[in-house]
Amino acid sequence: MELTETWFLVLSAALFCIGLVGLLIRSNPLVMFMCVELMLNAVNITFVTFSSVYGDLVGRTAVFFVLVVAAAEVVVGLSIVVALLRVRPTATADDFNVLKG
Amino acid sequence: MVEAAWLIPASPLIGFVLLLAFGRRMGEPTAGWLATLASAGSFVATVITFVGLLRLESADRFFIQTLFTWVQSGSFRVDAGLLVDPLSITMSLFITGVGTLIHLYSIGYMHGDDGFARFFTYLNLFIASMLLLVLGDNLLLTFLGWEGVGACSYLLISFWFTDPANATAGKKAFVTNRVGDFGFMLAAFVVFTQIGSIRYADIIASSSEMSATVATVAVLLFLLAATGKSAQLPLFVWLPDAMAGPTPVSALIHAATMVTSGVFLLTRLNPILAQAETWSVGVIAWVGALTALFAATAAVAQTDIKRVLAYSTVSQLGYLFLAVGVGGYVAAIFHMVTHAFFKALLFMGSGSVIHGMADEQDMRRMGGLYKFMPLTGFTFIIGWLAIAGVPPFSGFWSKDEILLYAWNADEIGGKGLWAIGLITAILTAFYMTRQVILTFFGRLRYADVTAADLRVAAEARSSAITAGVEEAEAAVASAVAAVEKASNDLVKKNEAVDKARTKHEEATTALAALNEGEDGYDKAVKGYDRAEKAKVKAQDALVVANHAVDDAKQAVTDAEAALAAAQATAAEQANVQLPLVPAAVTAVTTEIDAGELADYLPNSYRERAEYHPHESPWTMTTPLLILAGLAAVAGVLNLPFAHDLHFLGNWLSPSLFGNKAELTTSAGTKWVLAIVAIVVVAVAIMAAIRMYLRGQGDPERIEKPFLRDAWRIDSSYANFFGGPGRALFDLSSAFDRRVVDGAVRGIAAGIGSISRSLKVIQSGFVRSYALAISIGTVFVLVWFLGRLFA
Repeated sequence: MELTETWFLVLSAALFCIGLVGLLIRSNPLVMFMCVELMLNAVNITFVTFSSVYGDLVGRTAVFFVLVVAAAEVVVGLSIVVALLRVRPTATADDFNVLKG
Repeated sequence: MVEAAWLIPASPLIGFVLLLAFGRRMGEPTAGWLATLASAGSFVATVITFVGLLRLESADRFFIQTLFTWVQSGSFRVDAGLLVDPLSITMSLFITGVGTLIHLYSIGYMHGDDGFARFFTYLNLFIASMLLLVLGDNLLLTFLGWEGVGACSYLLISFWFTDPANATAGKKAFVTNRVGDFGFMLAAFVVFTQIGSIRYADIIASSSEMSATVATVAVLLFLLAATGKSAQLPLFVWLPDAMAGPTPVSALIHAATMVTSGVFLLTRLNPILAQAETWSVGVIAWVGALTALFAATAAVAQTDIKRVLAYSTVSQLGYLFLAVGVGGYVAAIFHMVTHAFFKALLFMGSGSVIHGMADEQDMRRMGGLYKFMPLTGFTFIIGWLAIAGVPPFSGFWSKDEILLYAWNADEIGGKGLWAIGLITAILTAFYMTRQVILTFFGRLRYADVTAADLRVAAEARSSAITAGVEEAEAAVASAVAAVEKASNDLVKKNEAVDKARTKHEEATTALAALNEGEDGYDKAVKGYDRAEKAKVKAQDALVVANHAVDDAKQAVTDAEAALAAAQATAAEQANVQLPLVPAAVTAVTTEIDAGELADYLPNSYRERAEYHPHESPWTMTTPLLILAGLAAVAGVLNLPFAHDLHFLGNWLSPSLFGNKAELTTSAGTKWVLAIVAIVVVAVAIMAAIRMYLRGQGDPERIEKPFLRDAWRIDSSYANFFGGPGRALFDLSSAFDRRVVDGAVRGIAAGIGSISRSLKVIQSGFVRSYALAISIGTVFVLVWFLGRLFA
C-alpha cells in the first residue's frame, strides 16, 4: 500500500477534528490551548502535503508563518492562561466570562 | 505720497491696541489725549495721501496698496489691500477730521466718567474699522469694517451698560443691523458667482458683463444692507434708541460716519447700479425720499433734544439715498460731507447743552440758554442755519443739488421725489427752528414745576393729611378714654361721698350719744373732730369729683368735635388731591400754580430753582467752533455757478466712471427751483418762530403723539415680533426640539435598544464562541463546495 497524499490529508483532517472537538468539549484552558495548537499543526500538514504535490514552495513558506504566529500566540495566550490559573487554580474556561455583554 | 495710505487705518488701530493694554493705567486725561493723537495722526496721513493724489493726473487717481494676502482658496483670493481713490479719500478726510474733533470734545464730555479710558479705546477702534470700511479694496475687507463699526456701535451705545435701557438699545442696534448684514453677504455671494472676484477693481472692470437681472438682485441686496447701516425704512428703528449712548458717540457714529457707510457702499458700487434695471435704482430713491419725509414728521414732535437730531439724521440720510437713487452721486457725497459737519456740530452742541444742564435732555425744560452758553448757542445757530438750508450756509447748496437731481430724474418719478424732498426741507427748517427756540430762546423752564414734582408734592400732602386724620382719631380715642376714666372717677367719688356721709351721720349719732353720756366725752370729742374732718374732706372730694365729671364731659365733647373736624378736613383734602395729579401730567410745560402744594414740593425742585446752566470747557467748545466754521463755508466745495467751481464733482469723477446722471435742466429752471426752496424754508422758519417764540398757535396741533412715536412703526415691530412673530419662533423652536432633535435622539435610542437585544449573544463563554465560529466555518465550506459542484 503506497503512502499517497490522501493519507496525509486524512491525517490532517483527523487531527483537525480532534483538536476542534477537544476545544469545544474540554473546559480546562490549558487543554483547550493544546487543542488549538493541534488544529494549527493539522493545517500545517495540509500545507506541506499540497506543497509537495504541486512542487510549490509557497506552501512550506506558509508553514513557517503559521509556526511563527503560533509561537507568538503561545507566548501571549499561555502567559494569560497561567496568570489566570495562578489566581484561581481550580477555574475552568467557563468561569472566565467577565466579557459577558 | 499715496503710499502713506496704510498709515490711515494703522494709526487708530495702534492707538486702540495701546489703549487696550495700558488705557486703564493711563487714566484721565492721558488716555483721551493718546486717542485724539492717534486719530489726528490718521488725519495727517489722510491729508498726505490726499496731496499725493492731487499731484497725479485725474485719470490715474486709482491706487491699490496691497499689504498681504489674507485669504487664498482655489481661485478665490482676498488681499488685505487699500483702495485709494478720490471717493475713499474724501470719506477718510471727513471721518478722521470730524473724528479727531469728536475725540477732543469727548475729553471734556467724558470728564469724571469711570469708563474714560474704555470709551476712548472703543472710539479708536471705531475710527479704525470705519477707515477699513471705506479704504478696503474688496467687499470682504469692507464687510470686516462694516461689522467692526457695528460692534463698536453696540459697545458704545450700551456704554453705560448698568442701565438696562442702554444695554437694550445696544442690542437693538446690533440685531437690526444683522438683518442688513445678511443682505450684504448675499449680495457679495451674488457678485462673486457672477464676476469671480470681490475686488472692487475687478467689479468695476467686469460689471458690464453682469446681466441686468443679476445686477438688479445685487443692488436690491446691497440696498437692504445699506438700509440697516444707514437707518432707512424699514430698518431705521435702532437709530433713535441709539441716543442712549454718550453724546459724542451720537455725533461720531450716528451722525457723521457710520450711518453714511450705506451710502458710501452704493456709491462705490455705482457700476453695478448703472448695470441694474432702472426701477431698482428707483427703489433706492423712493426709499430715501419716503424715509426723509417720514423721519422729518417724527422729528417735529420729539421733546428730547437728541431724539430730534436722531430723526433728523434719519431724514438727512434719506436725502443721501434719494441722491444716490437719482444718480446724483456727487450731490450725495457733497451732502454727506456737509451733513457730517453740521450734524456733528448739532449733536456736540446738544451734548454741550446737556452737559451744562446737569444731564437734562428734555427741551421742554430748557429755554433761554443763549445767555448762559453763548459759544454753544452761537455754533448751534450756525448748524441750524446750515441744516435748515438757509443760503449761503453749506446745507443749502448740498440739499439744493439733491433736489435738482431729483427734479431731473424723470424715469423714476423725479417730480414726485422733488416734491417729497421739498416738503422734507420745509419740515426740517420747521423742527430745527423749533429746537433752537425751545433750547436757546424764550424763558428758562428748568425750574418749572414738573408732573413728577407735583406728584411728589401731592403724595407728601396726602400723607400729611392722613397723618392729621390719624392724629385726630388718636385724640378722640384718648378723649374717650379720659371720659371713661372720669366717669369711673365720678362713681368712686360718689361712693366716697356716701361713705363720708355715713361716717358723718355716725359721728353725729355718736356725738348725740356722747351728750347723753359723760364718760365717753373726750372720746366723743375726738370722734366728733374726726367726723367733722371726714365730713369736710368728703365734701371737698365731692366738689372735686363733680368738677372732674364736668371736665371729663367737656373733654369728650372737645374730642368729638376734633374728630369731626379732622374727618371733614381729611375728606375734603382727599377729594381735592385726586384731580390734581392728572392735570399736572398734561400740563408740564406751562407754569403751574402749585398753590396749596407749594409747601410740599420736593427738594430737587428747589435745587433746580437755584441751578445756573454753564458754558462747557474749551475742549468741548473748540471743536464746536471749528465745525461751525466748516458748516458755514463747506458750500464752496461744490458751487453750482460754473463748471470750474464743481471742485468736489471734478475731484470725484474718476470714482464714478461716467455713471453720474447728467442734468438736463435749464439754467432758468435751476434758479426757479432754488428760489422756491429758499422761500418755503423762510416760510417754515417764520411759522416756527411765530408758534414757539411768539406763542401764537397751539403746538399740540402739530406735535401729535402719533408723530412722537414715529408713526408707531417701532411699537408695531415690537408687537408683531412679540405676537405672531413670537409664535413663529416658538414653532420653529418646537420643530427643532421635536423633529430635528427627535430624529437624532430616536436614532440613538433605536441603536441602543438593538444593542440591548443583541448583547445576549455576548455570553462571555469562550467555547460557545468557538462553536459559533466552527458552525460558521462549516457553512462557508458547504457554500464553497456547493459552488464547486453545482
